[in-house]
Amino acid sequence: MAISRRSMMLGTAATGAAAVTLAACGGDSESGSGGGGGDAVILANTTEPENPLIPTNTGEVGGGRIVTAIFAGLVYYTAEGEAEMELAESIESEDFQNWTITLREGLTYSDGETPVTAQDFVNAWNYGANAANAQIGQYFFEPFEGYDELSAEDVAADATLSGLEVVDDLTFTARLVSAQSDFPTRLGYSAYMPLPPVAFDDMEAYGEAPLSNGPYMLDSWTHDQEIVLVPNENYDGGRTVENDGVTFVVYADPETMYNDLLSDNVDVVDQIPNSALQTFEDELGDRAVNEPGAVFQSMTLPGYDPNFEGEAGELRRRAISRAIDRASICENLFFGTRTPATDFVSPVIPGGGATDLEGAEVFEFDEAEAQDLWSQAEDIQAFEGPLELAYNSDGPHQEWVEAVCNSLSNVLGIEANPVPFAQFGEMREQIRMRELLGTWRSGWQADYPSMYNFLGPLYGSAAADGNGSNDGDYKNEEFDQLLAEGLATEDEDERISIWKDAQELLVRDLPVVPLWYQNSIGAYSTAVSDVQFGWDTVPLYHQITK
Amino acid sequence: MIWYIGRRLLQMIPVFLGATLLVYGMTFLTGGNPIDTLAGDKPISPAVRTQLEAQFNLDRPFIVQWLLYLKGVLTFDFGVGFNGRPIIDQIAAAFPATAKLAIIAVVVETIFGVAAGVLAGLRKGTVIDTTLLMLSLLVIAVPTFVIGFVVQFFLGVRLDLITINVGRDPSWINLLPPGIVLGAVSFAYVLRLTRTSVAETMTADHVRTATAKGLSRGGVVSKHILRNSLIPVVTFIGADLGMLMGGAIVTENIFNIPGIGTLLFDSIRDNEAPMVVTLVTLLVIVFLVSNLIVDLLYAALDPRIRYAK
Amino acid sequence: MRSDTRPALRPRAEHWVAPLEETPLREVDAADSSTTPRSLWAEAWHNLRRNPVFLISAVLILFVLFVAAFPQLFTDQDPRYGNLAQARQDPSAEHPFGTTVQGYDILSRTVWGARTSVTIGFLAMIGTTLIGMVMGSLAGYLGGWVDEVISRITDIFFALPLVLGAIVIATRLGSMTMPIVVLVICLFGWTNIARIMRGAVLSTKTQDYVMASTALGASSTTNLLRHVIPNAIAPVIVTATVNLGVFIVAEATLSFLGVGLPSTSVSWGGDISAARSALRTQPMMLFYPSMALAITVLSFIMLGDAVRDALDPKARKR
Repeated sequence: MAISRRSMMLGTAATGAAAVTLAACGGDSESGSGGGGGDAVILANTTEPENPLIPTNTGEVGGGRIVTAIFAGLVYYTAEGEAEMELAESIESEDFQNWTITLREGLTYSDGETPVTAQDFVNAWNYGANAANAQIGQYFFEPFEGYDELSAEDVAADATLSGLEVVDDLTFTARLVSAQSDFPTRLGYSAYMPLPPVAFDDMEAYGEAPLSNGPYMLDSWTHDQEIVLVPNENYDGGRTVENDGVTFVVYADPETMYNDLLSDNVDVVDQIPNSALQTFEDELGDRAVNEPGAVFQSMTLPGYDPNFEGEAGELRRRAISRAIDRASICENLFFGTRTPATDFVSPVIPGGGATDLEGAEVFEFDEAEAQDLWSQAEDIQAFEGPLELAYNSDGPHQEWVEAVCNSLSNVLGIEANPVPFAQFGEMREQIRMRELLGTWRSGWQADYPSMYNFLGPLYGSAAADGNGSNDGDYKNEEFDQLLAEGLATEDEDERISIWKDAQELLVRDLPVVPLWYQNSIGAYSTAVSDVQFGWDTVPLYHQITK
Repeated sequence: MIWYIGRRLLQMIPVFLGATLLVYGMTFLTGGNPIDTLAGDKPISPAVRTQLEAQFNLDRPFIVQWLLYLKGVLTFDFGVGFNGRPIIDQIAAAFPATAKLAIIAVVVETIFGVAAGVLAGLRKGTVIDTTLLMLSLLVIAVPTFVIGFVVQFFLGVRLDLITINVGRDPSWINLLPPGIVLGAVSFAYVLRLTRTSVAETMTADHVRTATAKGLSRGGVVSKHILRNSLIPVVTFIGADLGMLMGGAIVTENIFNIPGIGTLLFDSIRDNEAPMVVTLVTLLVIVFLVSNLIVDLLYAALDPRIRYAK
Repeated sequence: MRSDTRPALRPRAEHWVAPLEETPLREVDAADSSTTPRSLWAEAWHNLRRNPVFLISAVLILFVLFVAAFPQLFTDQDPRYGNLAQARQDPSAEHPFGTTVQGYDILSRTVWGARTSVTIGFLAMIGTTLIGMVMGSLAGYLGGWVDEVISRITDIFFALPLVLGAIVIATRLGSMTMPIVVLVICLFGWTNIARIMRGAVLSTKTQDYVMASTALGASSTTNLLRHVIPNAIAPVIVTATVNLGVFIVAEATLSFLGVGLPSTSVSWGGDISAARSALRTQPMMLFYPSMALAITVLSFIMLGDAVRDALDPKARKR
């Protein structure tokens, strides 16, 4: 998923409302109400889900972590980002284009009666892919045959993906538009979860209290206050639950969250406020978590801004990249909780974080070289300044944007200004309409642990011109070809090496200037142990013991 | 009297229409597309976008959106928020916390403000007066958010005396510190207002007469000074109640309280017009009603005032 | 609306006869009757000069104005030069107040911030006072449906949140700049002046001399400009002075909510918000800009107090 602004918010409060049932549930919730009954209920942080808990309509971290905990899919991800079979018996293909998926026998939802069938997957995916249902995660069904028809403006509400076919109760087939060897890896993402028949009676009501099949089930959801999950005894899969449930407390402000952690009022948090970055590792010792995560941050230099076009543009992109002191910013502003980027893929992804790409010296800070490149560009075509770096002011971006601008103006001797957008929607709209010139901050949190997810959706020609997340409209046939070639390659090492070649084109063209990878940072209280963060920076809640 | 109240209530109708139209116009003017906020950095196919826009009437001109909204209001249907929950439910859920917060603020500012103001007014020019006056000035001069995070940090984090995350359990006791922070500025104004008013009333003829005819000091203060000098204070507090509800944006933000202020701020940023309009209208109405109550209180405090018609 | 039905709150002191020793009779005797009597303003000025509150606030304000006008005299550092290599430093000879998270020199930020805050405060005060006076006097003087409409508009604007206006205007006119902040504050800050003006006009309108002037055939415009406004202006001046301080705080609050001036402008509000992330480790980063802001606001409020005392003889201690 892309970085939702809410997931990254600092100093602003979540949408919505106070507890409804104040009188009823007042202060006793800390002991962990709910059906699990045991004492080992983990208190964790979340933001209020932006939508009802429907897998295909959940795209941000707040809802994503709940959906992942209460639903089980065909595969799940280990902490290292390996995809392991969860409900699937097998996911097979001869040509990486026609897949046959078989479920294990005897799987049920949390009521212990409703069986999990192949039809449930097909129904859920058809629902998500049909534009009439206006699901946020609709684009995840792009690889399937029939997606284009379902994306038409006047699509019938009951239209289905032509690429999906149910064979029997436990088997279905999926036909993709092209060969995609990493297809099984993708299937652990929350958009690919099954839905029981009852969901289709009233989807909205279902989203408030879903019947699910994951390691946990939803016990209660007090909007803007807390979400209580209890273990699902009928879960059958690899994510064994080691506690008596998880109560997610809604925090709008990471400051408050951190203050609560210090006094053991919350057990696991996966966010540390900027103000505590400097001290949290000293303050918490072993209980602090700071390890690489699957978030990549960059600065987009759009191809349609005349300043970044042609030969001068190419020199200028390099000059900007070399004028940003990434190491200093990571050290002085982020206190080592981000790692300077050396490629376009997060290091937790197999093949990511490469330091040996051809031309990788462009990521190194070098004042003289930057000035030289800049003046070469000036000789070809004068820069129409000032250089502007846009960001949304409701997230914790101001500090680093300001530091990047200072770095640029100090080194290049130009005026570089941060441009805050009070409304994220306004910034996104201007980007979508291709009205925003200059540069803007961009970020990507992987949906599934594959290099392709960091490359295809962001720089592929198919995702340009408003058809995806290639906001800078980077188009390079050679790059597209290498991407497709990798997708059709079975051997993982070979695949990685092809995609590295593709990245070298990006290093040369710099459609975005990579800045850093964001670490998984978080902490836990003295009451819990066995805390491990997943590849996607979200803690593996089921493993935690108390 | 009844006619007077009726007339005042009727006046709220144009205010309601004006406020909703104005706010609708404003959120419309901001231009940021709410669907873009909803989608975030993620790609969203044009068909899904069209669906969502139709779902929230965003494809209509804003006058039509406004009329549709009004039509809904007549049937008590305020629409559904972008998170799929009815707007009225969300407001109903947010209201108690903010109402409590505002009540705490008003009570604190009234009790402490009036008490300190009377004290200062009666002892005008003394050390007590100067100290209280300086305190009030300081409270006004330091922005509320600075007071807020200093209070949270030192009392909450360093000393562990107050609950930091009020949002999870917005009970009266937990809301007390943020309530005090919210009421701090108004406290200062009430203090200053009361002080001036008391000092003025003290020099009035009837007070001199009362003192001259041998009434005890306590009697003079309670019967003659307080009653007369409280009128401007009551006006202020009445108007303040409405302001506090909206002014809670900053305080709720700092103390993580999911109330009206938070809801309003978020919906403004997300361009969620029906939510913004409903909330602002609510604030305007709270403001008008509290003003009406204040005017009626005048009659109680000052027998010379009778409402005509 | 209510005020027209409300009589003056205080009985006037016509019947009070002061003891002889309390009256300045001797002074009256000594006065040179050939000079013109002092006007309200001259009287006020005379009183002000002897008021310590006024003197202190005036000195402070002059100092702040001087700093705002000539920041270069107080620091030779560039407030916008940020270098992470020198971030979060403790006070030193080079940086007497230390440096911020971005490596800005705090002293120079505080000094240069005065210009932004004071400019915004002054411009917004002038703007709101003008709008408020026009709206208030129209409502009060013309009465009837004009009053009704203006009063309703005042009600609406009184209850509208400043943030809404700030976001709307900022997104429509591009990003926030100083004139836009001023515009936003003006649009949302004029209501209290309008109310005061309306009340004052209403009470002045019924004064004998105004009625006399009307009876003698003065046009309503003449009346408004000659008699009503000059007499209603005293409370407006007092409120406007206090407002100036309030607006400086409002600018800071907008920054805190993320809709204030961008970090390219040096302002106290921006610096205070930026310092929040260093509260745990370097609280002094928050202290200096807050202190500067508080002192400035304080001086203007004190000035307002002093002016009110001077203009309103009844509030003065005998």
